[in-house]
Amino acid sequence: MVPLPTAPVNALFEYLQRLGDDRLILGHRMSEWCGHGPILEEDIATANVALDLIGQATMLLRLAGEVEGKGRDEDALAYWREAVEFRNCLLVEQPNGDFGHTVVRQFLFDVHAVLLLDGLTRSTHDGLAGIAAKSLKEAKYHVRHSGDWMLKLGDGTDESHRRVQRSLDDLWRFTPELFVTDAIDREMISAGIAPDPAVLQEQWQTIVRDVIERATLQHPGEAAPPASARGARQGAHSEHLGHLLAEMQIVARSHPGATW
Amino acid sequence: MTQPRAIDATAEDPAAVSAFEARIANGESIEPKDWMPERYRKQLIRMMSQHAHSEIVGMLPEGNWITRAPSLRRKVGLIAKVQDEGGHGLYIYCGVETLGVDRSEVVAQLLDGRAKYSSIFNYPTLSWADMGVIGWLVDGAAIVNQTVLAKASYGPYARAMIRICKEENFHKRQGYEIVATLAAGTPAQKAMVQDAVNRFWWPSLMMFGPSDTDSPNSAELMRWRVKRRTNDELRQRFVNLTVPQAAAVGLTLPDPALRYDAATENWEFGEIDWSEFHQVVKGNGPCNRERLETRRAAERDGAWVREAAMAHAEKQRAKDRSAAA
Ligand SMILES: [Fe+2]
Ligand SMILES: [Fe+2]
Repeated sequence: MVPLPTAPVNALFEYLQRLGDDRLILGHRMSEWCGHGPILEEDIATANVALDLIGQATMLLRLAGEVEGKGRDEDALAYWREAVEFRNCLLVEQPNGDFGHTVVRQFLFDVHAVLLLDGLTRSTHDGLAGIAAKSLKEAKYHVRHSGDWMLKLGDGTDESHRRVQRSLDDLWRFTPELFVTDAIDREMISAGIAPDPAVLQEQWQTIVRDVIERATLQHPGEAAPPASARGARQGAHSEHLGHLLAEMQIVARSHPGATW
Repeated sequence: MTQPRAIDATAEDPAAVSAFEARIANGESIEPKDWMPERYRKQLIRMMSQHAHSEIVGMLPEGNWITRAPSLRRKVGLIAKVQDEGGHGLYIYCGVETLGVDRSEVVAQLLDGRAKYSSIFNYPTLSWADMGVIGWLVDGAAIVNQTVLAKASYGPYARAMIRICKEENFHKRQGYEIVATLAAGTPAQKAMVQDAVNRFWWPSLMMFGPSDTDSPNSAELMRWRVKRRTNDELRQRFVNLTVPQAAAVGLTLPDPALRYDAATENWEFGEIDWSEFHQVVKGNGPCNRERLETRRAAERDGAWVREAAMAHAEKQRAKDRSAAA
């Protein structure tokens, strides 16, 4: 097992990367749909979600770079870190799959985002509270959209029900990671910068269970907790992230020092 | 391609046709509920649906670089642009529906290869610089076309063009800004953007369609003010606008015959390779198959989603009915 880092880390920098990377990676995944959606209207809506998420990531990673104080901006962080340096959760880096798979991933994330951002609007860190307030409005729209599709696909045809149930069962294992509390989180909680993930978990369970029921889907039950203390938040990602980054970073890295 | 019908406009009620043509000559705008000759309606359906298809297929070559955009700002700019094009397509499809034909019907014509779309989108995008050059040249050419279409006689089309043109202007500015940045960048960036210009210059000129001497639909479209300028006039206007823009950022255009004629105040340009144009229109361009196959795949893969949405809506209606009963 890889030992947990013992060197002093800038907890706020770490935390902001977690927030920023979740949104950057999910926004990137959503942008992969552009031009390939099942309905033209949905192409446009999916692009909207991608735009919002990448916009949020830009603000968060910019702030992260400022907090770090080593002259890295949002592009330096997005394009010049290795996969193991990314701090997003496993859920957001999973491939799109079919439209239903994308919807389930989005919904599970969106419910978490609304609760978390709501808590962050009361952060003692003014910059972060401001970003959260703006992002919360967007996240509320996202969860309405993905929640709506959960109902349509869950309670649509036999085929859509079967597909979306399989995606829910498959993606469910990535949800406990959203609520893991480690030393970074504890430092954020005690400084009043971020809400306690454990508190969010209960509300998340209630909302998600309600939508699953209304969508006539089967609740997957309790998911096993992460196998290792070293998870994606510490850089232990799935194999998918490396491929995503290879594509995302190729042009920027082919031209070191260039401006775009 | 729509075949010319056996009966022409004069076979319809001659009084109605001449009243219609008088309205057009008067500069009046024709609205969906107004009487119109069948040929006019057909021509508009053909033009507007081709235009809408071009917006939709046009999402693909640029969509190809969204995941590789080299900065977050550029990524957001490109997604927003491609999204706008989807919005244009949607908006024009709605316009087509005012002529009494369903969106699903015209989309089916695109997917089975009966309908055309702008040939420019059958060229591949090979580098990031293509994102700048397409915005600059392709959206630039579209603006030249659409600015005159904004004065077209059919009201819904003209109004759509006014709204869309505003966004196309933004796309062109964004594209030109990418081009200018690359042209002022590293030697590799400058080479990349010059190469993109070399590849897209001639196809951009072909966007205005065949030469006037070889344009089967033009005369009638002009008389009915569906078109207001000929293909060659618009092409010349585009060249005159673009040559100084290329010079301003230190890029060359791949045409040794290009020269300024002080008498006509036009930039004279070389002979367009019309055989290439006709090949691409016929379906033999570098990406015709890929573009159509991509659209077909999206349609195929999305079928279960559309069915689910309809089934769900039907269940909701049934619930509402039983709640009301
Ligand atoms: Fe457009
Ligand atoms: Fe455009």
